[in-house]
Amino acid sequence: MNDIWNWELAWEALPTLLVGFFTVTLLVTVVSTAIAAILGLVIAIARRSAPKPIAAVIRFVIDFIRMTPIVVQLLFAYYAFTNIDPLTIGIAVFGIHYSTYMAEVYRAGIESVPKGQWEATTALSMSRRRTWVAVIIPQAVRATVPALGNYAISMFKDTPFLLSIGVVEMVQAGLVFGGNHFKYIEAITLAGIIFLLASYPTSLLICRLEKRLAFRN
Amino acid sequence: MAAPNGAVPAIEFRDVQKRFGDTVVLDGLNFTVAKGDRVTLIGPSGSGKTTILRLVMTLEDLTDGYIFIDGEPLTHAEVDGERVELKPKHKTEIRKRIGMVFQQFNLFPNMTVIENIIEAPVHVLGMSKEDAIEKARGLLDQVGLADKEDAHPLELSGGQQQRVAIARALAMDPEILLLDEVTSALDPEIVGEVLGILKDVAESTDITMLIVTHEMQFARDVSNRILMFDGGRIVEEGTPEEFFTNPKEQRTRDFLQAVVADPITGALPWQPAPGASGTPAAPATPTTPSTTSTTTQDGDPL
Repeated sequence: MNDIWNWELAWEALPTLLVGFFTVTLLVTVVSTAIAAILGLVIAIARRSAPKPIAAVIRFVIDFIRMTPIVVQLLFAYYAFTNIDPLTIGIAVFGIHYSTYMAEVYRAGIESVPKGQWEATTALSMSRRRTWVAVIIPQAVRATVPALGNYAISMFKDTPFLLSIGVVEMVQAGLVFGGNHFKYIEAITLAGIIFLLASYPTSLLICRLEKRLAFRN
Repeated sequence: MAAPNGAVPAIEFRDVQKRFGDTVVLDGLNFTVAKGDRVTLIGPSGSGKTTILRLVMTLEDLTDGYIFIDGEPLTHAEVDGERVELKPKHKTEIRKRIGMVFQQFNLFPNMTVIENIIEAPVHVLGMSKEDAIEKARGLLDQVGLADKEDAHPLELSGGQQQRVAIARALAMDPEILLLDEVTSALDPEIVGEVLGILKDVAESTDITMLIVTHEMQFARDVSNRILMFDGGRIVEEGTPEEFFTNPKEQRTRDFLQAVVADPITGALPWQPAPGASGTPAAPATPTTPSTTSTTTQDGDPL
């Protein structure tokens, strides 16, 4: 039992880790990414369309969220909303935190749409809503897929911060397992490998998606 | 100047002023375009021609003055002696009667050709999708691109894209069509096909056209009135015949000389060779080929 690496223990840790991975790590990543992607787009459009004072307020809030660590935000929300369960808090904080980054990505994407596209929608008397939905967003999002995907992967790798508010995600599950067996290295190593095995194909997928979304030229 | 027979003009500019920062582009401009007129605006770049089209399309805001479309105020109205801005809804209603074709085509690259054409008829005019598609196919046929309806704009050549853009503008059945240097971004050998289509449109419809172009032959063939701009003012106006054969203003002559004169002989393409007769006669048909008809004689034809 004093070896540096114990294969038996590694196999024994695997199911615990996978449960943590699927029930928390993956769940938080998927749901929070969806929240961040939608909320980020809403923020980006609001910043562009809202009257100047409101846009300034939105900007201040975005900067505030981006310039404070996510762990601080998790702990703040955890102690501020004691009636909400930690997993929900984690999902919300990750979603909101990353929405501010994604908003910036969308903003760049929206600005990359040529002025002539807006002018064409005016010349065709298209409504504001239809302009965004049919012309601007489809073109803006194409340009942003790689950056959004990278933020999704970043978020995925940030999920162990959830242990600061007592959510048993994969790494925390590994730590608990290690504590019970007085040996941590196997579970932590495996957790790292699982992260790698999940992130790498995802990044390849984003690459392919980026190519598929590009305008046929 | 008033429209003939007291008819309501399609477009009226009244004391229009447009400034960009400190630069005055248009300073108290007045002119009218009668219904069915084909008016070409010519003049050096920076003279405000494109700004005029953009003001009509509400792509720019008026600094001062009024624009009327079919006698109705476009963006601002005078109420009790005060100049008040009209509601966006009103602007949109008036704007539906106006179509525009741009220098850079501005097709939507995320849609197919046919989707580009039916977008506004379906979502702005409320046409059924079937009707819109049927109409779009007819227009694509008219511009010679019947086989391209499922292509994406970026798969097409510049000339093809511009033809789709023309079809897209026509799909809205505009009363007024604005053509903003529609051939300037095209290769020289493509220009003819696009202008040919516009000539057909001009001949087969009664759409009012306001045209900015550097293609003088096109201006001559299509328009019934030419306005020469310089420094935000109309320096001369007339029928193409008067205008190209016997321009009154020195500024106009200088401009035509710079833009279209034969580089070797200095002759203007639609004029007989300089020195051939005392006064240049207007040719009855504008079909004279541009560069081959000139002589080797030197001299200023004007």
